[in-house]
Amino acid sequence: MAYPTGNIMAGKRGLVMGVANDKSIAWGIAEQLAAQGAELAFTYQGEALEKRMRPLAESVGSNIILECDVTNDEAMDKTFAELEAKWGKIDFLVHAIAFSDKNELKGSFVENTSRDNFLKSMDVSVYSWVAVAKRASKLMTDGGSMITLSYLGAERTIPSYNVMGVAKAALEASTRYIARDLGPSGIRVNAISAGPMRTLALAGIKGGRDLVGTGREWSLLKEDTTMEGIAGCALWLLSDLGASTTAEVVHVDAGFHAVGVPESAASAE
Amino acid sequence: MSEVLEKVKAIVVEHLNADPEKVVENANFIDDLGADSLDTVELVMAFEEAFGIEIPDDAAEKIQTVGDAVKFISEKQ
Repeated sequence: MAYPTGNIMAGKRGLVMGVANDKSIAWGIAEQLAAQGAELAFTYQGEALEKRMRPLAESVGSNIILECDVTNDEAMDKTFAELEAKWGKIDFLVHAIAFSDKNELKGSFVENTSRDNFLKSMDVSVYSWVAVAKRASKLMTDGGSMITLSYLGAERTIPSYNVMGVAKAALEASTRYIARDLGPSGIRVNAISAGPMRTLALAGIKGGRDLVGTGREWSLLKEDTTMEGIAGCALWLLSDLGASTTAEVVHVDAGFHAVGVPESAASAE
Repeated sequence: MSEVLEKVKAIVVEHLNADPEKVVENANFIDDLGADSLDTVELVMAFEEAFGIEIPDDAAEKIQTVGDAVKFISEKQ
């Protein structure tokens, strides 16, 4: 994809966590940041994801590609120690990590949600944001900016989204509390609530890809959410253009979040 | 049918970096062509984009061979 080039991120270094493949939102963001001069490091979890993201990371000139198991504190300490050894400090962070058993991303939330998967989903999708923020902030010695990715399912009910909606609600609340703690250190902390994108994550939700069509039909702009739009928002928040904005959840969803009832469900007159 | 087959083959060869000789109708993505579970999801999404169709989850789960994909796509078109 062709992202606007420039030097908005020149001289800035940051870590991108959670690129799965070339359809990943984190990858669109990474490409945009690189096109504006950012230097990037990447983390992955497990071999299946490493083989997909490594060529992408290398294509934007990254030579810091680290494994990071966000469910393991010692492993995270090690990853951030390696990053510190390479760079000393960082300026920004992208957290694009979530997990839930796909068997529970369908049907009834009440009937299908197990204790184990509820806790696992919260651990990987929410606590990881807190744990990453803790470690990344120590490297943001000159201030910085971090973002995570959320979805409307945090605020409203979405079919099949179930426990992930609960996790995203906690993610957004965590964003505000992290922003509160890190604000005095000059670190801004925000979330992007993106419309549905055709990613591996979306494919894990029963009927998830149908959400794309619904989004297009019901959204205020009558169009799909674009990767350029999300990446542009990330560029704003992660660069100095985003000064003064923190603890915010920005909707990049063609206005879908503002729809109460779509035209198709209202009477013509 | 043969046009769909050729297009499906090309997508599979490119995505899985597979030997074109092995990408035959009864080749199973996972057992014969070395795909992992994420590859099968990525392939379905690639088929959707290439053919401009939607493949529902239930159907996607049943697409395990090159022939399965060709059959489903041909019926959809």
